[in-house]
Amino acid sequence: MSSSLKFRTPLNQVRGLGSAKEGTHHWWAQRLTAVALVPLLLWFVAALASIADADYLTAVQWMKSPTVTVLMICTIVALFHHAQLGVQVVLEDYVHSEWMKFASIIVVKMLALVLALACIVAVLKVSLGG
Amino acid sequence: MPASNRPLSPHLQVYKPQLTSVLSITHRATGVALAVGGIGLAYWLLALAAGPDAYATAQALFGSWLGKLILFGFSFALFYHLCNGIRHLFWDAGLGFELETVYASGWAVVGVAAGLTVLTWIVALA
Repeated sequence: MSSSLKFRTPLNQVRGLGSAKEGTHHWWAQRLTAVALVPLLLWFVAALASIADADYLTAVQWMKSPTVTVLMICTIVALFHHAQLGVQVVLEDYVHSEWMKFASIIVVKMLALVLALACIVAVLKVSLGG
Repeated sequence: MPASNRPLSPHLQVYKPQLTSVLSITHRATGVALAVGGIGLAYWLLALAAGPDAYATAQALFGSWLGKLILFGFSFALFYHLCNGIRHLFWDAGLGFELETVYASGWAVVGVAAGLTVLTWIVALA
Protein backbone atom coordinates (compact mmCIF):
# COMPACT_ATOMS: atom_id res chain seq x y z
CA MET A 1 0.00 0.00 0.00
CA SER A 2 1.48 3.34 -0.96
CA SER A 3 1.71 5.96 1.72
CA SER A 4 -0.74 8.18 -0.15
CA LEU A 5 -3.50 5.72 0.62
CA LYS A 6 -2.89 5.83 4.37
CA PHE A 7 -5.36 8.02 6.11
CA ARG A 8 -3.86 7.49 9.52
CA THR A 9 -0.92 9.65 10.50
CA PRO A 10 2.28 8.07 11.95
CA LEU A 11 1.16 9.43 15.33
CA ASN A 12 -1.25 6.50 15.51
CA GLN A 13 1.63 4.00 15.40
CA VAL A 14 3.69 5.56 18.16
CA ARG A 15 0.98 6.66 20.53
CA GLY A 16 1.39 4.84 23.81
CA LEU A 17 4.43 2.90 22.60
CA GLY A 18 7.35 5.27 23.08
CA SER A 19 10.89 4.82 21.81
CA ALA A 20 11.23 1.31 23.27
CA LYS A 21 8.19 0.14 21.22
CA GLU A 22 6.73 -1.67 24.19
CA GLY A 23 4.70 1.10 25.73
CA THR A 24 4.49 1.15 29.50
CA HIS A 25 4.66 -2.61 29.97
CA HIS A 26 8.05 -2.70 31.73
CA TRP A 27 7.17 0.26 33.95
CA TRP A 28 3.77 -1.19 34.82
CA ALA A 29 5.13 -4.69 35.59
CA GLN A 30 7.70 -3.15 37.91
CA ARG A 31 4.97 -1.25 39.80
CA LEU A 32 2.61 -4.24 40.03
CA THR A 33 5.35 -6.47 41.43
CA ALA A 34 6.40 -3.66 43.78
CA VAL A 35 2.87 -3.37 45.19
CA ALA A 36 2.64 -7.16 45.56
CA LEU A 37 6.02 -7.30 47.31
CA VAL A 38 5.05 -4.83 50.06
CA PRO A 39 2.80 -7.27 52.00
CA LEU A 40 4.69 -10.36 50.78
CA LEU A 41 8.09 -9.18 52.01
CA LEU A 42 6.73 -7.86 55.32
CA TRP A 43 5.28 -11.35 55.87
CA PHE A 44 8.48 -13.03 54.61
CA VAL A 45 10.87 -11.07 56.86
CA ALA A 46 8.61 -11.45 59.90
CA ALA A 47 8.36 -15.21 59.24
CA LEU A 48 12.12 -15.61 58.75
CA ALA A 49 12.86 -13.60 61.87
CA SER A 50 10.57 -15.81 63.94
CA ILE A 51 12.10 -19.08 62.66
CA ALA A 52 15.65 -17.70 62.50
CA ASP A 53 17.23 -20.39 64.67
CA ALA A 54 14.74 -23.18 63.97
CA ASP A 55 16.06 -26.73 63.61
CA TYR A 56 15.55 -28.70 60.40
CA LEU A 57 12.23 -30.35 61.34
CA THR A 58 10.70 -27.08 62.55
CA ALA A 59 11.71 -25.34 59.32
CA VAL A 60 10.30 -28.19 57.21
CA GLN A 61 7.02 -28.25 59.17
CA TRP A 62 6.75 -24.49 58.69
CA MET A 63 7.28 -24.77 54.93
CA LYS A 64 4.70 -27.60 54.70
CA SER A 65 1.87 -25.31 55.76
CA PRO A 66 -0.18 -24.62 52.57
CA THR A 67 -0.34 -20.91 53.43
CA VAL A 68 3.44 -20.70 53.73
CA THR A 69 3.97 -22.72 50.52
CA VAL A 70 1.69 -20.46 48.48
CA LEU A 71 3.01 -17.22 49.99
CA MET A 72 6.61 -18.37 49.45
CA ILE A 73 5.97 -19.09 45.77
CA CYS A 74 4.16 -15.73 45.34
CA THR A 75 7.12 -13.99 47.00
CA ILE A 76 9.67 -15.82 44.81
CA VAL A 77 7.82 -15.02 41.56
CA ALA A 78 7.26 -11.33 42.39
CA LEU A 79 10.76 -10.87 43.85
CA PHE A 80 12.78 -12.32 40.97
CA HIS A 81 10.56 -10.70 38.35
CA HIS A 82 10.90 -7.31 40.06
CA ALA A 83 14.66 -7.83 40.54
CA GLN A 84 15.42 -8.57 36.89
CA LEU A 85 13.24 -5.66 35.72
CA GLY A 86 15.17 -3.34 38.05
CA VAL A 87 18.64 -4.64 37.16
CA GLN A 88 17.70 -4.34 33.48
CA VAL A 89 17.14 -0.59 33.91
CA VAL A 90 20.44 -0.20 35.77
CA LEU A 91 22.29 -2.03 32.96
CA GLU A 92 20.50 0.06 30.32
CA ASP A 93 21.68 3.19 32.14
CA TYR A 94 25.28 2.31 32.90
CA VAL A 95 26.50 -0.19 30.28
CA HIS A 96 27.40 1.87 27.24
CA SER A 97 28.66 -0.78 24.85
CA GLU A 98 25.62 -1.90 22.88
CA TRP A 99 26.44 -5.61 22.68
CA MET A 100 27.58 -5.75 26.33
CA LYS A 101 24.28 -4.18 27.35
CA PHE A 102 22.36 -6.69 25.21
CA ALA A 103 24.35 -9.67 26.55
CA SER A 104 24.32 -8.65 30.21
CA ILE A 105 20.55 -8.07 30.22
CA ILE A 106 19.97 -11.51 28.69
CA VAL A 107 22.29 -13.14 31.26
CA VAL A 108 20.48 -11.37 34.14
CA LYS A 109 17.06 -12.43 32.84
CA MET A 110 18.14 -16.06 32.39
CA LEU A 111 19.79 -16.11 35.80
CA ALA A 112 16.66 -14.65 37.46
CA LEU A 113 14.52 -17.30 35.78
CA VAL A 114 16.83 -20.16 36.85
CA LEU A 115 17.03 -18.87 40.45
CA ALA A 116 13.26 -18.42 40.67
CA LEU A 117 12.63 -21.93 39.32
CA ALA A 118 15.24 -23.41 41.69
CA CYS A 119 13.57 -21.64 44.64
CA ILE A 120 10.09 -22.83 43.62
CA VAL A 121 11.27 -26.43 43.13
CA ALA A 122 12.99 -26.31 46.54
CA VAL A 123 9.83 -25.00 48.23
CA LEU A 124 7.66 -27.64 46.52
CA LYS A 125 10.09 -30.45 47.34
CA VAL A 126 9.99 -29.55 51.04
CA SER A 127 6.29 -28.87 51.00
CA LEU A 128 5.16 -31.99 49.12
CA GLY A 129 7.95 -34.35 50.21
CA GLY A 130 7.30 -37.21 52.63
CA MET B 1 33.18 17.07 16.11
CA PRO B 2 33.85 13.53 17.45
CA ALA B 3 31.51 12.50 20.22
CA SER B 4 34.35 12.36 22.76
CA ASN B 5 35.19 16.06 22.29
CA ARG B 6 31.70 17.34 22.88
CA PRO B 7 31.18 19.47 25.97
CA LEU B 8 29.62 17.52 28.80
CA SER B 9 27.04 18.70 31.26
CA PRO B 10 28.35 19.00 34.83
CA HIS B 11 28.80 15.52 36.30
CA LEU B 12 27.80 14.16 39.71
CA GLN B 13 30.90 15.25 41.63
CA VAL B 14 30.26 18.98 41.16
CA TYR B 15 26.98 18.78 43.06
CA LYS B 16 26.78 18.85 46.83
CA PRO B 17 25.11 15.62 48.04
CA GLN B 18 21.58 16.27 49.28
CA LEU B 19 19.13 14.01 51.07
CA THR B 20 17.11 13.66 47.86
CA SER B 21 20.03 12.62 45.65
CA VAL B 22 21.60 10.37 48.30
CA LEU B 23 18.31 8.55 48.93
CA SER B 24 17.77 8.20 45.18
CA ILE B 25 21.10 6.48 44.49
CA THR B 26 20.71 4.43 47.68
CA HIS B 27 17.40 3.12 46.30
CA ARG B 28 19.24 1.90 43.22
CA ALA B 29 22.21 0.50 45.15
CA THR B 30 19.98 -1.38 47.61
CA GLY B 31 17.92 -2.69 44.67
CA VAL B 32 21.00 -4.16 42.99
CA ALA B 33 22.28 -5.56 46.32
CA LEU B 34 18.91 -7.18 47.03
CA ALA B 35 18.84 -8.71 43.56
CA VAL B 36 22.21 -10.31 44.32
CA GLY B 37 20.78 -11.37 47.70
CA GLY B 38 18.30 -13.49 45.77
CA ILE B 39 21.17 -15.96 45.35
CA GLY B 40 21.34 -16.25 49.15
CA LEU B 41 17.61 -16.93 49.33
CA ALA B 42 17.95 -19.64 46.67
CA TYR B 43 20.86 -21.18 48.58
CA TRP B 44 18.89 -21.30 51.85
CA LEU B 45 15.81 -22.85 50.20
CA LEU B 46 17.89 -25.41 48.27
CA ALA B 47 19.74 -26.31 51.48
CA LEU B 48 16.44 -26.89 53.26
CA ALA B 49 15.27 -29.06 50.33
CA ALA B 50 18.57 -31.01 50.30
CA GLY B 51 18.18 -32.29 53.86
CA PRO B 52 19.29 -31.87 57.49
CA ASP B 53 23.05 -31.73 56.82
CA ALA B 54 22.91 -29.08 54.10
CA TYR B 55 20.40 -27.11 56.18
CA ALA B 56 22.69 -27.25 59.24
CA THR B 57 25.59 -25.93 57.11
CA ALA B 58 23.45 -23.08 55.79
CA GLN B 59 22.17 -22.21 59.27
CA ALA B 60 25.75 -22.21 60.63
CA LEU B 61 26.82 -19.92 57.78
CA PHE B 62 23.94 -17.45 58.23
CA GLY B 63 24.18 -17.75 62.00
CA SER B 64 27.89 -16.87 62.24
CA TRP B 65 28.76 -13.32 63.25
CA LEU B 66 29.75 -12.46 59.67
CA GLY B 67 26.56 -14.10 58.37
CA LYS B 68 24.47 -12.13 60.84
CA LEU B 69 26.26 -8.90 59.92
CA ILE B 70 25.56 -9.48 56.22
CA LEU B 71 21.93 -10.42 56.95
CA PHE B 72 21.61 -7.26 59.07
CA GLY B 73 22.80 -5.23 56.08
CA PHE B 74 20.35 -7.03 53.81
CA SER B 75 17.46 -6.48 56.22
CA PHE B 76 18.08 -2.73 56.30
CA ALA B 77 18.55 -2.64 52.49
CA LEU B 78 15.24 -4.49 52.10
CA PHE B 79 13.27 -2.23 54.45
CA TYR B 80 14.86 0.87 52.93
CA HIS B 81 14.06 -0.22 49.37
CA LEU B 82 10.53 -1.22 50.42
CA CYS B 83 9.76 2.07 52.22
CA ASN B 84 11.38 4.25 49.56
CA GLY B 85 9.55 2.17 46.94
CA ILE B 86 6.26 3.18 48.55
CA ARG B 87 7.49 6.80 48.37
CA HIS B 88 8.10 6.26 44.65
CA LEU B 89 4.60 4.81 44.20
CA PHE B 90 3.13 8.00 45.70
CA TRP B 91 5.22 10.04 43.26
CA ASP B 92 3.94 7.83 40.41
CA ALA B 93 0.44 8.83 41.50
CA GLY B 94 1.52 12.48 41.32
CA LEU B 95 1.54 13.00 45.07
CA GLY B 96 4.14 14.43 47.45
CA PHE B 97 6.25 16.52 45.07
CA GLU B 98 6.39 19.67 47.22
CA LEU B 99 9.99 20.20 48.35
CA GLU B 100 9.00 20.16 52.02
CA THR B 101 7.07 16.90 51.55
CA VAL B 102 9.93 15.31 49.60
CA TYR B 103 12.30 15.97 52.51
CA ALA B 104 9.79 14.88 55.16
CA SER B 105 9.00 11.62 53.32
CA GLY B 106 12.72 11.04 52.80
CA TRP B 107 13.51 11.29 56.51
CA ALA B 108 10.40 9.20 57.28
CA VAL B 109 11.69 6.44 54.98
CA VAL B 110 15.08 6.39 56.75
CA GLY B 111 13.41 6.36 60.18
CA VAL B 112 10.83 3.68 59.42
CA ALA B 113 13.41 1.47 57.68
CA ALA B 114 15.76 1.75 60.67
CA GLY B 115 12.87 1.04 63.09
CA LEU B 116 11.69 -2.03 61.17
CA THR B 117 15.28 -3.33 60.96
CA VAL B 118 15.74 -3.05 64.73
CA LEU B 119 12.32 -4.63 65.35
CA THR B 120 13.16 -7.55 63.03
CA TRP B 121 16.42 -8.24 64.87
CA ILE B 122 14.75 -8.04 68.26
CA VAL B 123 12.37 -10.77 67.06
CA ALA B 124 15.12 -12.78 65.36
CA LEU B 125 17.49 -12.75 68.35
CA ALA B 126 14.82 -13.17 71.02
